[in-house]
Amino acid sequence: MYRSHVLVCGGTGCTSSNSLAIIDALEAEIAKKGLSEEVKVVRTGCFGLCALGPIMIVYPEGSFYSQVKVSDVPEIVEEHLLKGRLVKRLLYDETVTMDDVKSLQETDFYKKQHRVALRNCGVIDPENIDEYIAFDGYMALAKCLQEYTPEQVIQIVKDSGLRGRGGGGFPTGLKWSFTAANQADQKYVVCNADEGDPGAFMDRSVLEGDPHCIVEAMAICGYATGATEGYIYVRAEYPIAVKRLKIAIKQAREYGLLGKNIFDSGFDFDLHVRLGAGAFVCGEETALMTSIEGNRGEPRPRPPYPAVKGLFQKPTTENNVETFANIPQIILKGADWFASMGTEKSKGTKVFALGGKIKNTGLVEIPMGTTLREIIEEIGGGIPNGKKFKAAQTGGPSGGCIPASLMDTPIDYDNLTAIGCMMGSGGLIVMDEDNCMVDIAKFFLNFTVDESCGKCTPCRVGTKRLLEMLDKITDGKATMEDLDRLEDLCNYIKANSLCGLGQTAPNPVLATLKFFREEYVAHIQDKKCPAGVCKALLSYSIDPDKCRGCTACARKCPVGAIEGKVKEAHAINTDKCIKCGVCMSTCKFGAVVKK
Amino acid sequence: MKTIEELMAIRESAKKKMTVREDTGDDNIRVVVGMATCGIAAGARPVLNAFVDEIEKRGIKGVTVSQTGCIGMCQYEPIVEVLEPGKEKVTYVKMTPEKAVRVVNDHIVNGNPIVDYTVGVATK
Repeated sequence: MYRSHVLVCGGTGCTSSNSLAIIDALEAEIAKKGLSEEVKVVRTGCFGLCALGPIMIVYPEGSFYSQVKVSDVPEIVEEHLLKGRLVKRLLYDETVTMDDVKSLQETDFYKKQHRVALRNCGVIDPENIDEYIAFDGYMALAKCLQEYTPEQVIQIVKDSGLRGRGGGGFPTGLKWSFTAANQADQKYVVCNADEGDPGAFMDRSVLEGDPHCIVEAMAICGYATGATEGYIYVRAEYPIAVKRLKIAIKQAREYGLLGKNIFDSGFDFDLHVRLGAGAFVCGEETALMTSIEGNRGEPRPRPPYPAVKGLFQKPTTENNVETFANIPQIILKGADWFASMGTEKSKGTKVFALGGKIKNTGLVEIPMGTTLREIIEEIGGGIPNGKKFKAAQTGGPSGGCIPASLMDTPIDYDNLTAIGCMMGSGGLIVMDEDNCMVDIAKFFLNFTVDESCGKCTPCRVGTKRLLEMLDKITDGKATMEDLDRLEDLCNYIKANSLCGLGQTAPNPVLATLKFFREEYVAHIQDKKCPAGVCKALLSYSIDPDKCRGCTACARKCPVGAIEGKVKEAHAINTDKCIKCGVCMSTCKFGAVVKK
Repeated sequence: MKTIEELMAIRESAKKKMTVREDTGDDNIRVVVGMATCGIAAGARPVLNAFVDEIEKRGIKGVTVSQTGCIGMCQYEPIVEVLEPGKEKVTYVKMTPEKAVRVVNDHIVNGNPIVDYTVGVATK
């Protein structure tokens, strides 16, 4: 029996800031002090508060250490593990009050969260099936196989109101019932773990932190729909997730939780992992299945829908990672429990990946219907450096932005669609007053132009033309007619593209046009970028009254564009200037002005 | 695995190993062992481990064993405090692993503090 457990985050975020070296150092230091029999080190999945990684929690106290370095390890072992004195300087400052230490659950970041899909992330060792079982793992599968008919399982999922978390929001129970209704000699379950939106990483965290819940949920789906084989399609860029999934599948097979005659019920189910090479279009369900089949990842027209002719032309149910992650809890706690969370038409919780201009970057899971204001100001800790919130992008390159004026909109599928955004997979990129909205639209369009598979013309050619128009605007060469043409082309691409990639590609442009049209107009008519981002519309100059002639900027300028004598006001030669901004950050007197 | 009972058996044994990570609610009994240099020198570590082992062996729920620094009475180390919600704190002094087992049995399980081991008796 260990008297203390030290949990260290082994998710991708903390791993990249050296948490594995911390684990090694911890184990070595613990052995040195002769505590190996008393203290256990556990590598977990993501805790969510990625901004403060590497993260470490020490139980039984539940002390939450943040931004731990390898050099801190001896102190933690000596002081905390041996002598029981908290290392206060490393505690997450939100947990430290005047004279006491608060529990993590009481901090602003965690207080409003409600963890269903992420419930085991950062809690269990994802590479140990026993720890998953300790938290009721595989009980839902056992319950389905022994107590429910496949029809009853589908009814429970239907009653829960769960909708697809990959972005589309299609009712999951209904999807399952379509596959179940089709007769075939072979059916499949597919898990879409091809998370491609820039800034979204909730699926990765679930796979890394709780891989067994996906294995269990897919087996439940197989039982409900009559499928005996499943495929998990995961990006090769997620090596930790892939490794843990493979370990999970192997362990489940050893326990007989995958394979033949599971729980003596006559139900057979097995899983395979397929790696994607990173094409964004493969997150689209038909392209994903084409890729699993061994072909080039290109979408195919629907209908026929996957429930009729999916993977290998057989009836297939495809769900996203986060959707599956909710299933075992719905079976165990009941449809009513799940339906009690959220709004009228969007039940349960949603995981968001907070990124961009926000203090607490990381993963948060909140009930549907939480407002953007609560997410950003309370959970996210607000915008750093006292800047003003401007907008938040949801749904990545397929979504749109929510402006500050709509910050109090309760976030659910229908409200977001109503304001021209979409839930998407749950990336939430926060932008402040320094972000140019035209530039943001350009960024996402650049991404879709790169990722368009090229099969259909509206997407292949249309998005490229769209990007060229945006370039023209940010270069200050566009006219107001271009703005109308831009809008027309957006609507054309939306209506005529073959798959979801093209149909949603113009969304970032349309949403920014809708809420920030004046910024587009400023670029076109005034030839100005209000946020000071678009280089072609910027010019740097030196205020002669403030300049002391210290020559610091002239020495730093990479192109020698600044001229002037010592102790006399300097000037920028705008013909030579490449607008890199070095002079501005160098000047100690605030004499360089950007306009 | 053929039955739900097998799964439950694994769950129970795995759960036992993870009690230390359970949310420490306000109604938990807390056993705090003084583990400063003085405590460790006087043999606090075997005492701490005796508490952990005995509580696990008996499958007692709702008890947290943790450490603290120097309480300030170094001559009486190893010192152990038992804090029950709504009751007066009991401070045991000059503890040994054998005494720890008795404290678990008499005090934590049966609710009878062992007066002979307490600081009140020792300082008389």
